[in-house]
Amino acid sequence: MTALTIRGGKLVDPAAGIDALKDILLRDGRVAEIAAPGKLKSANGAESLDATGLVVSPGLIDIHVHLREPGQAYKETIATGTAAAAAGGFTAVAAMPNTVPVNDSPEVTRWMQAPERGASIRVFPIAAATRGSKGEMLNDYAALKSAGAVAVTDDGHPILKDNIMRETLAAAARVGLSVIQHAEDTRMTQGASMNLGPVSFRMGLRGMAPEAESSLVERDIRLLAELRDARAHLHVAHTSTAAAIAAVRQARRNGLRVTCEVTPHHFLLTDEHVAGYRTNAKMNPPLRAASDRDAMIEALLDGVVDAIATDHAPHATHEKEVEFERAPNGITGLETALGLSLRWLHREWKMPLGRVLSLLSAQPAALLGLKGRGTLTVGSYADVVVFDPKAEWIYRAVDTKSKSRNTPFDGFAMQGKVRWTISEGRIAYTSE
Amino acid sequence: MTPTAARRTLHSPPVPASPFPFHPGSLLSVDHLTLADVSQILARATELEIEDPVARALILAKRRVALLFYESSTRTRTSFELAAKSLGVDTTLVSSLSSSIEKGESLKDTGLTLRALGAEAIILRHPNSGSAWLLEESTRLPVLNAGDGMHQHPTQALLDLRTILAHFDPLTKLCHPERAERVEGPAFPAPAIEQVDEHTLAGVTVTIVGDILHSRVARSNMLLLPRLGARVLLCGPPALLPETAAQAGPGIEIERNFDAALQQSTAVMMLRIQAERLAGLALDLEQYMAAYQLTGQRLAAHAPRALVMHPGPIIRGLEVTAGVADGPQSAILEQVHHGVAIRMAVVERALAASENGGRA
Repeated sequence: MTALTIRGGKLVDPAAGIDALKDILLRDGRVAEIAAPGKLKSANGAESLDATGLVVSPGLIDIHVHLREPGQAYKETIATGTAAAAAGGFTAVAAMPNTVPVNDSPEVTRWMQAPERGASIRVFPIAAATRGSKGEMLNDYAALKSAGAVAVTDDGHPILKDNIMRETLAAAARVGLSVIQHAEDTRMTQGASMNLGPVSFRMGLRGMAPEAESSLVERDIRLLAELRDARAHLHVAHTSTAAAIAAVRQARRNGLRVTCEVTPHHFLLTDEHVAGYRTNAKMNPPLRAASDRDAMIEALLDGVVDAIATDHAPHATHEKEVEFERAPNGITGLETALGLSLRWLHREWKMPLGRVLSLLSAQPAALLGLKGRGTLTVGSYADVVVFDPKAEWIYRAVDTKSKSRNTPFDGFAMQGKVRWTISEGRIAYTSE
Repeated sequence: MTPTAARRTLHSPPVPASPFPFHPGSLLSVDHLTLADVSQILARATELEIEDPVARALILAKRRVALLFYESSTRTRTSFELAAKSLGVDTTLVSSLSSSIEKGESLKDTGLTLRALGAEAIILRHPNSGSAWLLEESTRLPVLNAGDGMHQHPTQALLDLRTILAHFDPLTKLCHPERAERVEGPAFPAPAIEQVDEHTLAGVTVTIVGDILHSRVARSNMLLLPRLGARVLLCGPPALLPETAAQAGPGIEIERNFDAALQQSTAVMMLRIQAERLAGLALDLEQYMAAYQLTGQRLAAHAPRALVMHPGPIIRGLEVTAGVADGPQSAILEQVHHGVAIRMAVVERALAASENGGRA
């Protein structure tokens, strides 16, 4: 494998505590050397990228994406989904198991990672917690882990039965896997298509109460506490309500291993963005009231949130061009996460750049135990994103590398433009 | 909310400006009508109503309008159809039960097909809230919303307003139900007031009673009438009337005690319980009737001068007794009558706008 140097850029590696001008040498898929500008010792003959004026940081890691393969290649394939991820600065994604068939087997888990899928970046499968994600019978977590699964979840089909969730937490803890829960008490959300509140009343749409999320988070935390196993790890997916954040905060104070992620759309948009029955503003959990959205911002700033994840959920245009209540949930997000995070979290709400990048790389890597990723210390994987932190641009859905265009951020201002994305030493994306 | 949180709300991505309605002839929601629009529709309704029928049939002669109905309807469908035909329009009815909709054709494709067949405007009734938005965006034709799910039924609010105005005395701020009993002249006279502003209904309380949650009629009225100065009182049990309803707009209050609500009412709109939208909600009908049925006794005791309204269909003996429905305070059939004039005006508005090229 060839070597590659990135010269003249500002290395921002929050996990290593580095924020300085550095040259960096990548060789054989790993970080080989880091030195002051012009001081690399072993870079003879390596191809060089000029990163003057740019930020060089660990490649971004998204722990919540839907790549739609196997089974729904008309929405997205692993090749197109990872191409979009690379364009967004991501070098690793964790793929949810709600494929067709459901990824509840080592076979599907391996199939998703096979070179024939044509992934531009690393894909880490998350396996189904129960057979067919039906919430009844646990899968073989040891076998799934050895096939490459990094966590278990029934994502869109939350585990409602106490005994099954208890067993899931216990069994996953025994093999060292995290349990990710899409927290929604679906008994409370039948027929609902947006957040419950004055806006849903006005629009004549049935609403999902914030309590449908927070009550399940509280239940899961209670089960985790009862388990008394220090290895057990509960991760709350796409947290969207103030009450759920409060429950996570309290659990952590009580010493429990509970983590959570927040999506850009939940820290930026509110249920008012559904106006005009925009199906590209329909997802689950739904866009919430301004008070909940503000709670997400506060939680990101004060450190309760462990990761920014996109919940990238592509759907074909014809599936979204239907009556709001009949449209599928989900939006794409891989290409807009960095630009929105820098535009709003960093510029508007003054989160230091290193912390934004940590939420998008080091912390998600640590959360799922992805060793050698989320940092650029010597010996780590050569997963790098190089971006212009000052560049302002407008996101256009028609330019996406994804197969689908279902984003509410079409036409939104972004800050920070990806120049190169490097996955294990190979250039996975170069801006035109 | 903390001060910092309040500041963040100000500094967050704005809601993109709504492109709706795409077409100036569309009527998707009462929210899209200015009070000048409302005045113009009321005035034109009366002009068209008294126009010579033969001359009237030349106004939009041989123009084409499609009625696209995904839900059953007696009043609204017939009313729109008669209104359009009396202006000379060729109408065609497509209903979900005798068309390719049964074969799985989407609303978008159905709309595009109707447009290709020459429809110049589409009147849509549909069980999903917001479907009129989808149809307008897909076809860019003027779309008249004849009821979308639990959301809006704007022509119903306009005909209800016309009914109220026909009985309204601006001096006493009362509605006089007895006006409908006149012997001479038309049975249902047109209102004297056609130009409305934000004070026209100041001092008037309109009470809407019953299944507010599932009612597009309630939403349309509660968002339109307060803009003319009226106070809207909502009355019903929590299962059918959530507290958030009072936050739907200004001028809306909740009064759960029916008798107390009646005592304040200038007009009272009774609603049917929408069994088809209850979605598993169990309701004790006997208890409901005891609390919210409008009986002759209740009316005499608490609202002997209020105008009694109902958008239909009525379930006699449930939300209203037969005596009240047929009684002297009832304007129920008059509402139906006013629907034709209002719909003539909005059909004309739709096609006049498309003649000018619209904005599409």
